[in-house]
Amino acid sequence: MAQRGLSSPLLSDAAGQQQIETDVLVIGGGPAGAWAAIAAAARGASVTLVEKGFCGTSGATAPSGTGLWHVPRDAAAREKAKASRYAMGGELAEHAWMDRVLEQTWLNTETLTEWGYPFPIDTEGQLQRTSLQGPEYMRLMRKKVKESGARILDHSPALELLTDENGDVAGATGITRTTGETWVARAGAVVITTGGCAFLSRALGCNVLTGDGYLLGAEVGAELSGMEFSNAYGLGPSFSSVTKSLFYNWATFYDRDGVAIEGAGSSRGRSVIARTLQTQPVFACLDRADAEIRAWMRHAQPNFFVSFDRQGIDPFKDHFPVALRLEGTVRGTGGLHVIGDDCATSVPGLYAAGDAATRELICGAFTGGGSHNAAWAMSSGFWAGAGAADFSRGARSLAKRRLHRAGTAGIQEGGVPAWDPEELVRAVQAEVFPYERNWTRRADLLEDSLQRLDAQWARVRHASAPSLQQAVRAREAVAMLATSRWMYRSALQRTETRGMARRQDHAGLDLGQRHRLVSGGLDEVWVRPQTVRQPVNLDLERLAA
Amino acid sequence: MIEIVSPERCTGCNICVSACPTQVFEVVPGGIPRIARQSDCQTCFMCELYCPTDALYVAPVADHAVTVAEEGTEVRQWIGSYRRAVGWGKDRQPTAALDASFELLRRAH
Repeated sequence: MAQRGLSSPLLSDAAGQQQIETDVLVIGGGPAGAWAAIAAAARGASVTLVEKGFCGTSGATAPSGTGLWHVPRDAAAREKAKASRYAMGGELAEHAWMDRVLEQTWLNTETLTEWGYPFPIDTEGQLQRTSLQGPEYMRLMRKKVKESGARILDHSPALELLTDENGDVAGATGITRTTGETWVARAGAVVITTGGCAFLSRALGCNVLTGDGYLLGAEVGAELSGMEFSNAYGLGPSFSSVTKSLFYNWATFYDRDGVAIEGAGSSRGRSVIARTLQTQPVFACLDRADAEIRAWMRHAQPNFFVSFDRQGIDPFKDHFPVALRLEGTVRGTGGLHVIGDDCATSVPGLYAAGDAATRELICGAFTGGGSHNAAWAMSSGFWAGAGAADFSRGARSLAKRRLHRAGTAGIQEGGVPAWDPEELVRAVQAEVFPYERNWTRRADLLEDSLQRLDAQWARVRHASAPSLQQAVRAREAVAMLATSRWMYRSALQRTETRGMARRQDHAGLDLGQRHRLVSGGLDEVWVRPQTVRQPVNLDLERLAA
Repeated sequence: MIEIVSPERCTGCNICVSACPTQVFEVVPGGIPRIARQSDCQTCFMCELYCPTDALYVAPVADHAVTVAEEGTEVRQWIGSYRRAVGWGKDRQPTAALDASFELLRRAH
């Protein structure tokens, strides 16, 4: 399954200052990775979780408050929940997956309650479990991962996957940044939970999310899906990292003269904000929040106010400048394509969950941000961990396998030296940040960007890492570059506007394009349509609608 | 971005070095940690939550460093404010139990 024409050198027995043998290797310690580790350990597997940052603080969830798609076991309530994003998502979600995620999220939330997560209680005495406070949630998850017997390696990013002679994924190599030591993990199966790609935009918690897992997967031949749904932008004060779209439901948006901008809004009116920001600053004021709403906001996300308090801004009275920060596939829905209920990818031994995997299955083309992504992380993580544990039982003895290194781009041994990852980061950002290129896309600008992005790829393709210290940033930069190419090639192929995939030159929905776009490849990026699994009762639904 | 490690408050426990997801801090043998890679700070405020002595101050400006004085009004007024708001630390209760997101979600859209 390795990429054609790429060298995948044999792993030497002496490789890695730290050598690890484990049934399941989980790469990424956000919510999906934590649930994967716990589920794999519960099946009796030995589990190692490697995290680029610190499991508990790293990723988009830890520093935020997030909604949770938690719906009681009530048929009518669940049908309503499923319908809420189905049309907005361009009918690309699948009912069977939505049902499974709702049920697994319900079960995992029961577990969280038993573990002592302090869900709030409403005035009627009912537990309310439709949101999670990131710091509290992820501190608890770290504790539970440890209690499960899984081993956590913090500050230990993976740099490449390892495959056996059949092409099955059988581990990874990486580096521990605090010591500078290299590590090699031989594993029976690998779960990728590295999150999405937000292109180092400094959106809250997102700078560790650089598409690393997409690159790791693509290098062993894994496929991606929905990469055109990758242009989510978070709304927040222009000076701040804190994006919190929900609160801007109570905002009015103004120009610099204090005149309200017609049609501007947090959800449906965000296109107006994006368009206006191309020519002039936009200001917001949460002047539609009454005293009760204001008090609730304080307890719904405390760090929203940390930003304002410390700048001496009263967000309920003052007009403050806002910006849209690219959150890419973190709030988009594209990611690694999964082909089984256990979140297996198309490559044996490789599983994907959370934002690293596609979320089209439950939200189609509409944002997965907030509640759906949180539900998907805990559900898909749980399934992927269990699936990987089962797969590892069937894998042959780790010691007997000869392993190959699949990592290629940007860290080739003996490759072209001396390139600057920071320069590549800026070059990719210049193509994906501008609203006029990415918020609403058009063929000529996509092709224009792709020409430069492809040229960058050709340049760094055979490069070696500038230094061991810079190997991590080099791989992040290359992952961002690869992500941008899958994203824009998929966007070019979708000649319609569906969900967040907006085309200026194809403004309407085309009923003939109700399919997924699966993509992959490194030197040659390919994109192909794939049919969406139809619900059995589709005709009945249509009649009822 | 992270601006201050207070020499007066910091006990040199180095928890921030571990807790920071982007490796901004560096251990200084025999001393308190230093801000070694400020430009990698993603302004997530997590270090403030994990600091047991409220010795860290993150300015809310995400894209560039700013000048704040440890003895200035801004820092004196707000250092430790986030950990207090989240209810972490000795003799405090996590405010997650008061999370009113459900009230907002019911009324949004």
